[in-house]
Amino acid sequence: MPSLDDLRKRITSVKSTQKITKAMKMVAAAKLRKAQENAEKGRPYSEKMNNVILNLSKSITDKENAPKLLVGTGEEKVHLCIVLTADRGLCGGFNTNIIKKAKSYFEKIISENKTLKIITVGSKGYDQLKRQYKSYIVENISFKESKNINYFDADKVGKIIIEKFEKNEFDVCAIFYNKFKNVITQIPQEQQIVPLNEDKDDKDDSGNDNDYEFEPDEDEILSNLLPKNISTQIFKAMLENSASEQGSRMTAMDNATRNAGELVDRLTIEYNRSRQAAITKELIEIISGAESL
Amino acid sequence: MSNFFNIDIVNPEQSFLSKDNVFEVVIPAVEGEIGILKDHIPIISFLKPGIIRVFSESEEQSFYVEDGIVEFKDNTLSVLTSSIFDLKDADKNFVSESISSAEAELSNDNIDDQKRFLLNHKVEVLKSISIN
Repeated sequence: MPSLDDLRKRITSVKSTQKITKAMKMVAAAKLRKAQENAEKGRPYSEKMNNVILNLSKSITDKENAPKLLVGTGEEKVHLCIVLTADRGLCGGFNTNIIKKAKSYFEKIISENKTLKIITVGSKGYDQLKRQYKSYIVENISFKESKNINYFDADKVGKIIIEKFEKNEFDVCAIFYNKFKNVITQIPQEQQIVPLNEDKDDKDDSGNDNDYEFEPDEDEILSNLLPKNISTQIFKAMLENSASEQGSRMTAMDNATRNAGELVDRLTIEYNRSRQAAITKELIEIISGAESL
Repeated sequence: MSNFFNIDIVNPEQSFLSKDNVFEVVIPAVEGEIGILKDHIPIISFLKPGIIRVFSESEEQSFYVEDGIVEFKDNTLSVLTSSIFDLKDADKNFVSESISSAEAELSNDNIDDQKRFLLNHKVEVLKSISIN
């Protein structure tokens, strides 16, 4: 049975923890709103970009000579995985969910005897993956210093990917991130960016073929556009990720605050009981002492 | 019938400009400037460093762009660019910095002709901005 003093100390300690989690929740809520806005603002760009590429790729007839970024190298031996995670913890299952998704993909690649290469973006992903997959990690990028998500950072990652592709260091590239659905739900996503996967859009509007005028020709525009598209996709993933991170942290901190509240209630009852018990004990002692006189 | 069409300029972070009352837009495409009026045929092209001029009913706006893609379709002109600013709020320091970084790149010998051409062009345009 803990003494009264111990109980009192525990109650204060839990209460101050509760204060911290509450503050973190509020900060996350404020940041979430901003992140959500940013994600929404960034959507038109990636949508338009997708549209243009779709229209372009439809008008390419000579699939053999099409840019490799679009159609692939024709092989599937080396897989490059970009794992986008947060730089900070205390956000529930946010990082773990991405890692879990990525790991199951890694296992598949390894069991098929293909070569795996990993780039981690965000320090938490690196921390979790380095134990098991250290030898596969080729690069580890973190944007801890930049306060906001900006396109410049995404472009840096994009350039690294392009550079590796041009050196023939990989055939297929996939990115892993959390898609923001709402505050409670974030869905870990796996998206292939090289070669571009577009089969699901194909059936949508196969009937309408726009006769675009291209200046210069399709190939040149595509080879200019595709590297940009990679950066754009990464940027989109980063935006979704940051909204998810804040949402996830908000829910996690909300739960923590509630748990702390319950704990305080329980400890207070225990404290009151044992205080009452001590008083009763003292009373009995006094009374029985008086009676014996 | 009006002679107006829509323009959407978006950069990765946000929608930069959206108007539905423009009658002419001049864009610096790689192979020369293109003037776009209503009912232009669908076109896709990309940009070189230069100035986009947007003529709308009430005003004329000019923007500096470094690169990007343009698409015109169904009387909507979409400009996708990662670097754009309004000439009116051009930052002198930023412009001169860009000029010097471009010039530094130009002094590098092992760049190809196309890049050299683009960089030269960029310096030219930026210089013309800083004079005004």
